[in-house]
Amino acid sequence: MATVQPHPVRAGRGVELGLLLLALALSIAGYALVGLGTEGRVPADVLGYGAGLTALAVAMHLVLRWRAPFADPVILPVAVALNGIGLAMIYRIDIAYEAREKAAGFAERQLGWTAISVVLAALVLVLLRDHRTLRRYTYTAMVVALVLVALPLVPVIGQQINGARIWVRVGGVGMQPAEFAKIVLAVFFAGYLVTHRDTLALAGPKVLGLQLPRLRDLGPILIVWAVSLAVLVLERDLGTSLLLFGLFVAMLYIATERLSWIVIGMALFVGGAAMAATAFPHVGARFDVWLHPFDQEIFDRSPGGSGQLVRGLFGLANGGLFGTGWGSGRPDLVPFAESDFIVASLGEELGLTGLLALLLCYTILTERGLRTAIGVRDGFGKLLAGGLAFVVAFQTFVVVGGVTRIIPLTGLTTPFLAYGGSSLLANWVIVALLLRISDEARRPAPVVRAVPTPEIGTPVTAGTRSPAAGTPAVPSPGDDQPTQRIGGLS
Amino acid sequence: MNTPLRRLATVVLAMFVVLMAGTTWVQYVQADSLNNDPRNVRTLYREFGNARGPILVAGEAVASSAPVDDAFGYQRSYTGGDLWSTVTGYYSVVNGRSELELAANDALTGRGDQLFFTRARDLLTGRRPEGAAVETTLLPAAQQAARDGLGGQEGAVVAIEPSTGKILALVSTPGFDPNTLATHDTAAAGAAFSELDAAEGNPLRSNATRETYPPGSTFKLVTAAAALESGAYTPQTPLPAPVTLDLPQTTSTIGNFGGGGCGADPITLADALRVSCNTTFAQLGMDLGDDALRTQAERFGFNDPSLTIPMEVDASVFPEDLDAPTTAGSAIGQRDVRATPLQMAMVSAAIANGGQLMKPYVVQTVRSADLHTVDETEPELLSTAVSPGTAAALRDMMVGVVADGSGTAAQIPGVQVAGKTGTAQTGDDEAPHAWFTAFAPADAPRVAVAVIVEHGGSAGNEATGGRVAAPIAKSVIQAVLGS
Repeated sequence: MATVQPHPVRAGRGVELGLLLLALALSIAGYALVGLGTEGRVPADVLGYGAGLTALAVAMHLVLRWRAPFADPVILPVAVALNGIGLAMIYRIDIAYEAREKAAGFAERQLGWTAISVVLAALVLVLLRDHRTLRRYTYTAMVVALVLVALPLVPVIGQQINGARIWVRVGGVGMQPAEFAKIVLAVFFAGYLVTHRDTLALAGPKVLGLQLPRLRDLGPILIVWAVSLAVLVLERDLGTSLLLFGLFVAMLYIATERLSWIVIGMALFVGGAAMAATAFPHVGARFDVWLHPFDQEIFDRSPGGSGQLVRGLFGLANGGLFGTGWGSGRPDLVPFAESDFIVASLGEELGLTGLLALLLCYTILTERGLRTAIGVRDGFGKLLAGGLAFVVAFQTFVVVGGVTRIIPLTGLTTPFLAYGGSSLLANWVIVALLLRISDEARRPAPVVRAVPTPEIGTPVTAGTRSPAAGTPAVPSPGDDQPTQRIGGLS
Repeated sequence: MNTPLRRLATVVLAMFVVLMAGTTWVQYVQADSLNNDPRNVRTLYREFGNARGPILVAGEAVASSAPVDDAFGYQRSYTGGDLWSTVTGYYSVVNGRSELELAANDALTGRGDQLFFTRARDLLTGRRPEGAAVETTLLPAAQQAARDGLGGQEGAVVAIEPSTGKILALVSTPGFDPNTLATHDTAAAGAAFSELDAAEGNPLRSNATRETYPPGSTFKLVTAAAALESGAYTPQTPLPAPVTLDLPQTTSTIGNFGGGGCGADPITLADALRVSCNTTFAQLGMDLGDDALRTQAERFGFNDPSLTIPMEVDASVFPEDLDAPTTAGSAIGQRDVRATPLQMAMVSAAIANGGQLMKPYVVQTVRSADLHTVDETEPELLSTAVSPGTAAALRDMMVGVVADGSGTAAQIPGVQVAGKTGTAQTGDDEAPHAWFTAFAPADAPRVAVAVIVEHGGSAGNEATGGRVAAPIAKSVIQAVLGS
């Protein structure tokens, strides 16, 4: 708990600006190189494009200076770099699609979504002055999450695309509600678990050395989990199902510190997956594809064949160590090169080197998020930051692992890189929330408050911000504040 | 809650390490096998992106690539329609490649080992890599004569220069126009392929090298060679020539073409070959035994699956463990003996070359884009088929066939032609295959040729090798000698 000890903290905004410029340079250089690689000249609009991207990033930086001066200086530049490289790749795939007279124009739309996403993230930072405000909406979040997850099943607005019913389309605007569900679910889990963590961890029967929770403590969580899984089975969306499940297990583990949760969770999931694989042909097909992608029969099968996966692997192999270079590969030969398989596209043109760099970016982003969780002082913030950081890492793992055949392929988007408005919006909101919490985590505690006083329940940050910000004046029973403080002293 | 968060951070780190390892596995360890997967169209696209070298005949490009403004960059085109398709094969975005486009692919794409220095220089100087030109051994006049001779009939012609093994003509009919497959309109290319694949006479497959037929009486050259090589026979050895020959262990018999006798009984070995007497050669085959016939056939190149020219060639077959009746049938080129037209041309070529069988080849030189010769095929001895004495005896016997036997249709004024006819029963009720193999001039051979016209061609049941196939061989020989 080094973070609660008084020591000078550098806000890090200067560092952030420097890193931002690097991220922008990467993004704009990528964009320019695509033009050079495909048409032999720098795109005509590179200045306008660069100016727009820079304006967005700098605006976000200024909002941070204004509203969250102590926020982690690395998170924003990494997000900008990933988003910018994704944009360059999508622009490159557009050019390839246009050459083959396929539907294109993804880059423009993605640029629009980027602008909207950054504005939304800035709004979150401006409007949400203290992340603990969200705790008030624990049960609202639960209801919203359930609605979001169930939305694609609603007739008329719900749409089935490529076998999965995960889309909602209202008046020409489509979205994947599950992308937002993961955020609100994280809010719900954080709020609920922080209240019930002690009873979940300590009360209950012990079976075979595993501490089992009491059913009534578990009830609401089980309901959310079961309903979301049931709906997801109906929507045939394995990726989101896996994602929400991973989020759930991880947050439960953070809250209770019980390894038994991991064991129970894994057992439940492996059992569920095995059942699903036998009960639903489309799930079984995914396993076939994973295990034997090069069998001609499975390669040719349609739908549910391994053609897409294998073509993605061909793309990656074509990239080799150093890649073909921007604009010199054939990423468009892989179906969904701009969305689900953008990792294969990047791997082809940027090579193993580029892909490892991108993976390192994700590692830095998520480890920074987890660092924020460790640093922040309130249990709700810890759980929320931990959950959000983990969900980004886990989503990346599921997507990249699927494309590289480490795990079976599921349909998820690569955070920030892949084409898709919902995904981009949701991930930028996650970044905003992590920035908000990291501001709290890195804000120096007043020296006088660093020594625990008898008024143990008082929030440690009460003196540093206005009470109107939404901090609960009196922690509810079962809140982790006392535990945390004692833990910090030991 | 910090302990589980730290552990979770470790787990997250481990997840990313696994991802990095997985990516490395695919992009580095597995990359080679993935890049070489036949389903990986990138290889083809990459080749299309570079200038593919031309295939040349007598200095003229019969297959060449020109830059076009589409996703592939270069369009392959073929001149002469189906005249050269047996040799060039096709090069298609959709259906891959065949024949020389396949066999010489490394040179044409510039990836071959012999082009390493050219490639390295292109890389250093920033020159756009270009494939090498492949110059063939084909003689345009001979190829044209062969193609014209076959006309609309299904069949094949192979002409070889006996002293070197150079292939002067290689034609299979029906042919196809490779341009229809080379189009970048994938739907059209796919449709053209399906149509050719289903078409009568297998236009996409080379009858000359990829199809084996019963060689019929042309195989009597091999049987006669085995007899002479055994030392127990000379061309003048008298042999029985009954009207029908009863086959041991069976109730079946072998008769002569037309059902008559062979003009004399007994008959000399030379006369038996001249009139193509079945009963004599069937008995001779049984007397020699299947082992002697097989050994002799293999010295002419039968049962050798490794031969490439450099296109792959189907092995001609003289099977193992024959009993007396099948040996008798095989000795006259029926039953279980199968031969490609190339194989029968090789038999004549070996006899023409004093018994020395040269390895046939169709690629003369490989030149890099700057016309520097990077590879040149040297004539190579494939085997010694017969002794010079046997070769000379066989030559004289073959001269008799054309001068005064079943092959008179191949006579050329002023040129002594040595040949052998064949009329191969096909087992079913269809007309027999008409064969002719020959070389000329007999005393200083410059060309050996084999012709097959499937099921008698336009002559149908009336067809014999002498009547249908010999005139085609004659025009090919004239084309070579006239040049």
